[in-house]
Amino acid sequence: MTSVSPLYFLALAGLLFTVGVVGALVRRNAIVIFMFIELMLNGVNLAFVTFARMQGRIDGQVLVFFVLVVAAAEVVVGLAIIVTIFRRRASANVDDASLLKW
Amino acid sequence: MTIDQLVFGVVFVVALGASIAMLLAPNAVHVALFLVATQIALALAFLLQGAFFIAAIQVIVYAGAIMVLFLFVVMLLGVDRREALVEPLRGQRPLAVGLGALLAVLVMYVANTGAELVTGAQAGGQGTLASLNRDPGNVVVIARAMFSRYLLPFEITSVLLVVAIVGVMALARRIGTAEVTSPAATRRDEEAAA
Repeated sequence: MTSVSPLYFLALAGLLFTVGVVGALVRRNAIVIFMFIELMLNGVNLAFVTFARMQGRIDGQVLVFFVLVVAAAEVVVGLAIIVTIFRRRASANVDDASLLKW
Repeated sequence: MTIDQLVFGVVFVVALGASIAMLLAPNAVHVALFLVATQIALALAFLLQGAFFIAAIQVIVYAGAIMVLFLFVVMLLGVDRREALVEPLRGQRPLAVGLGALLAVLVMYVANTGAELVTGAQAGGQGTLASLNRDPGNVVVIARAMFSRYLLPFEITSVLLVVAIVGVMALARRIGTAEVTSPAATRRDEEAAA
């Protein structure tokens, strides 16, 4: 077990989450946006592991496992949707899929 | 400076540097590879904090399986396709970066104040997890928690996975039938229905 303060790990987790939010807002490619969502989930996982260490309990690590399962399911369904849109419009750009916009 | 601090410094620089490089890389494949670098650095951070099982899973499932799936889809849709650099919403990018900086400050503040709350509420102290990892072992402790206290959420994740598989199959099947039916056949069906 490390002697580095948990605060630094929490800071890293928060920064990774923030970069993920900015990336998901700024980028236009649907797959790239998905990767930034994965980055956000990774930041949250680091926060969970850090909380588990701070509390001295294992529950945080169990939660990371559940986040991982949800991320895997989300990626599979999301990529299938992206491929479907791509077959329709030959583009993975999110601005092209604006049919529902008024 | 201990070895722990040195390793954490490397993890911090690699994880944050690779994630910022993700923001700036124009090619989707480069974004995926930088994400793999971030995830492997995070696996090191998990190891540092005594989460051995999670670190292994992070490398095998995240950096391995999920990122291979991402790269597969990127290749399927065409690598050389350039991302559209024109931003249709005026001022979205500076606004996103500004609000992101604000979010970072807020998260730092909450982490700083909330950390004392979390450590103040604990009873065992930092040695507890280390002793748990030593005595029954990390995997055994996780398994005991997962199959007793977290049994219901664990079963729900299996339902979630089945739903995801069925959903993907439904999405793929609709594409297949749409491609098989020719316009003439569709017209014939519509006439028959009318």
